[in-house]
Amino acid sequence: MKLRFLVSCAGAAAILLAAIGDSAFDRKLTKDQQILHALDRLTYGPRPGDVEAVERTGLKKWIDQQLHPERIPESAALNQKLAPLESLQMDTTELIEHYPPPDLVRRIAGGRAPMPDDPLARAAIRSLIAKQERRKAAKAGEDGPAMMDDGPRLRDILEPDEIDTLRNGTPEENRALVESLSADKLENLADAVPAKLRGRLLAAATPEARRRLMVMDAPQQAVAADLAAAKLYRAIYSNRQLAGVLDDFWFNHFNVFMDKGADRYELTEYERDAIAPHVLGRFRDLLEATAKSPAMLFYLDNWQSRGPSPAKPGRKEAGLNENYGRELLELHTLGVDGGYTQKDVTEVARCFTGWSIRAPRQGGDFIYRDQWHDRGAKVVLGVPIRAGGGMDDGEKVLDILAQSPATAHHISFELAQKFVADRPPAALVDRMSKTFLKTHGDLREVMKAMLDSPEFWSEGAWHAKVKTPFEVVVSAIRATNADVDDPFALSLAVGRLGEPIYRKLEPTGYSNANSDWVNSAALLERMNFAAALASNKVPGVHMGSIPGNDADTVARDLLFGDPSEQTRAAIDKAQPDLVAGLVLGSPDFQRR
Amino acid sequence: MQTRRLFLRNSAVTMFGVGVAPAWLSRAAWAAPTAAGRKKILVAVFQRGAADGLNVVVPFGDPNYYALRPTIAIPKPDGTTEAALDLDGYFGLHPALAPLQPLYQSGQLAIVEAAGSPDPTRSHFDAQDYMESGTPGLKSTSDGWLNRALAPEAKPSPVRAVSIGSNLARALRGRNEAVALTNIADFQVRGAGAEQAFESMYDGSSDTILHGGAEDTFEAVKLMQSLQKEKYTPGGGARYPGKFGQAMLQIARLIKANVGVEVAFADIGGWDTHVNEVGAKPAEGQLANRLAEYGQTLAAFHQDMGDRMEDIVVVTMSEFGRTARENGDRGTDHGHANVMFALGGGVRGGRIYGDWPGLASERLYENRDLALTTDFRDVLGECVARHLGGRAVNEVFPGYNRPNFRGLLT
Repeated sequence: MKLRFLVSCAGAAAILLAAIGDSAFDRKLTKDQQILHALDRLTYGPRPGDVEAVERTGLKKWIDQQLHPERIPESAALNQKLAPLESLQMDTTELIEHYPPPDLVRRIAGGRAPMPDDPLARAAIRSLIAKQERRKAAKAGEDGPAMMDDGPRLRDILEPDEIDTLRNGTPEENRALVESLSADKLENLADAVPAKLRGRLLAAATPEARRRLMVMDAPQQAVAADLAAAKLYRAIYSNRQLAGVLDDFWFNHFNVFMDKGADRYELTEYERDAIAPHVLGRFRDLLEATAKSPAMLFYLDNWQSRGPSPAKPGRKEAGLNENYGRELLELHTLGVDGGYTQKDVTEVARCFTGWSIRAPRQGGDFIYRDQWHDRGAKVVLGVPIRAGGGMDDGEKVLDILAQSPATAHHISFELAQKFVADRPPAALVDRMSKTFLKTHGDLREVMKAMLDSPEFWSEGAWHAKVKTPFEVVVSAIRATNADVDDPFALSLAVGRLGEPIYRKLEPTGYSNANSDWVNSAALLERMNFAAALASNKVPGVHMGSIPGNDADTVARDLLFGDPSEQTRAAIDKAQPDLVAGLVLGSPDFQRR
Repeated sequence: MQTRRLFLRNSAVTMFGVGVAPAWLSRAAWAAPTAAGRKKILVAVFQRGAADGLNVVVPFGDPNYYALRPTIAIPKPDGTTEAALDLDGYFGLHPALAPLQPLYQSGQLAIVEAAGSPDPTRSHFDAQDYMESGTPGLKSTSDGWLNRALAPEAKPSPVRAVSIGSNLARALRGRNEAVALTNIADFQVRGAGAEQAFESMYDGSSDTILHGGAEDTFEAVKLMQSLQKEKYTPGGGARYPGKFGQAMLQIARLIKANVGVEVAFADIGGWDTHVNEVGAKPAEGQLANRLAEYGQTLAAFHQDMGDRMEDIVVVTMSEFGRTARENGDRGTDHGHANVMFALGGGVRGGRIYGDWPGLASERLYENRDLALTTDFRDVLGECVARHLGGRAVNEVFPGYNRPNFRGLLT
């Protein structure tokens, strides 16, 4: 009884300590833990040999390198993998030309736009025009719905047993089938295959064949696929790991959803030119780059927001769209408790009237339309903005917001939540905010303030984060040192785990909080993905042999440390060929 | 309300120890009737892409309808399948919805006209988001109305909220446990021996977040396993067509398995009919194809559920309607108000609800669209309050404090 009482006292004390919470942030990590912790937080997870490499360089110096990515030579392997993803280098106008959207195809068909020079784009346009015409003919004809069925033509291309394979085969069988087809056949297939089988066909195709299939069918798919592939390749192979983690963080902070109309073509430029150059630069620059990006202007509708028409001065502000104004305050800068009112939202929206896009469906850039601008006087967060202003009204708002203590706090909190713990200690956030204000929003300095803090290197931060789906997939590839020559299946896996890449519909971006990533379907997918990966069943990913003969060695190699008791017990009992999958799907591996 | 179920679950744990309760027992525990009788179930169906409500439920009594749509209007009822199917002498169903006509006549199907979101947006993206969050005009709402419609429970069934599809529907995101699944057969840990090993790992884990999440997962997996072993034959010879049919079939299976489903969500796409909405004949074309799958599926579900329909309401919605006038491509563009359906034993069907604003040009919203007279939250709110119970309307639809119920439900 006495012993029990003591135990429960100890339990109560532990609960009490947990309730105080911050105490764990006072306990320092050991030197070995620190290296692993740095790799867990500042990279997409350690690869074999990374711990030793950081030891050799020295932790402090390694962090300094990561904070200056331009000084780190990029991985040759990465550059080689990115090279075929040609859309990454294009601007939006070029993208639309090379990967024509339906309305451009219609304009070309009607002689209202010229045929492009690129041979693949020409082939695509011819095929898409033919398809549009067939559809028109089918609609006009007597056959009605029956014509929607492309079955007969599929039978013209494939043998019955091949169709059966495509319908019911395993991924391996599908892959073999697609590889056996001539290029011509494959192209015809792109046209004939019903929507239900298209996904299977795309998954089974080689990257080159897939690109052709996508371009011939719905060209913008190739742009999306290139972006997702590049994001995965960079996360897996880049030497500039922290820059990649920060790209992800800031893109998510200024989230834009890919599947909203014109944004299908805008994200390549957005991530490359608006986000990436500023992630270790000044917040004000980052804010302005997003504010003027066609991607954001379209996503949050500011491109069509207008002030009252000068011809009818008494009219209600029918053309004002507050979406951007609201999210700018709530999500991008001040934070939801940042002390602004609905009146501020409206005033901010008025300041940004006329910030628009030149021909959004044709890849146009930012344009300021003075005739749409609301020239009246405004007051934003108590600061008067005089009547008669133009584009500089918006610039002034960005100045006010970028200097606000509420913004400093909100940004610092979010960074600390991403890099330290879901509920970061207030003292840490305060220190980071002070640095933000003192350095006029120098994001590298804010990162340094966090990385110099005792809290970052404390037990409170150790394994405190549940990996996001993207993080768990990429860290598994890195831990096993697998080689990826086609990330398509991986990007589908990330989606199934709950984080479709570039496809977060809401401006909030994906959650930073642990509990949002743990639900039944997602956990099941994590386990199944881990098992599939370890048994070399993820197409496009090639596992080397996993070293170590006994379960414990495998676990230590993949976890870069000792497994928990329960994980060890389970893998000790398991068949040897299951062990790696179990470790990658274990609770231990879900944390970073 | 939950005592008996809790007792059953707890005794299962006592008898067999944590984690080893056999599937039949864990399944039986969720099926235990509540004090209020069998559990009420709400199934929400989303028609993504903005269905053309004016061609779904045809206002053939409004002469403006034919003036606005010279080439794509559905003809007045004439007893054939090439014309609207008369409902009340003024409105008629699109002929592809023939399977729903008997349900209307028997009083199980109610129709709400000129319903939808009051937000003026014509963006699919925003409008769907608003309708699923249940907060029109407010983008920052992180959870969905259907999740908020669930009353908090100490130990809920792992499948009390089900979303069909690989992602959890926006409407079902939130505090309460909700599970996304494409089909029951795929909901499993693959690989012999893997499930047991994973379960023992997570079961004993001191990681509270992952431990808790996994507990729900393995419970759901066990439920699904017991279902996977059985062959499912829909009741009454019901046949579910297409992808939407398959989605509703999963929901039907779960409901009939008595595993504690309270709310479910499914969607059907392909309604964005800008071009060639209607084929050579009025009963053909893109819209007719979508409606055939939609109508046959709802009728199949009704057939399959049989008496169980007494506990179920199926409510349908689409993000906005389409222009009253046809465009130059024999289609329609993004509009405003639409039509909603409610189907179920407790529905006072066989009636058209809502005020009909008419299609006279001065009555159109912004001179182009059917005007809105019923907020979608009035319809969904009534389903929540009168059918599911347990949650106040303004908890489910924050800021919506004075709902105007139409009296759809008994």
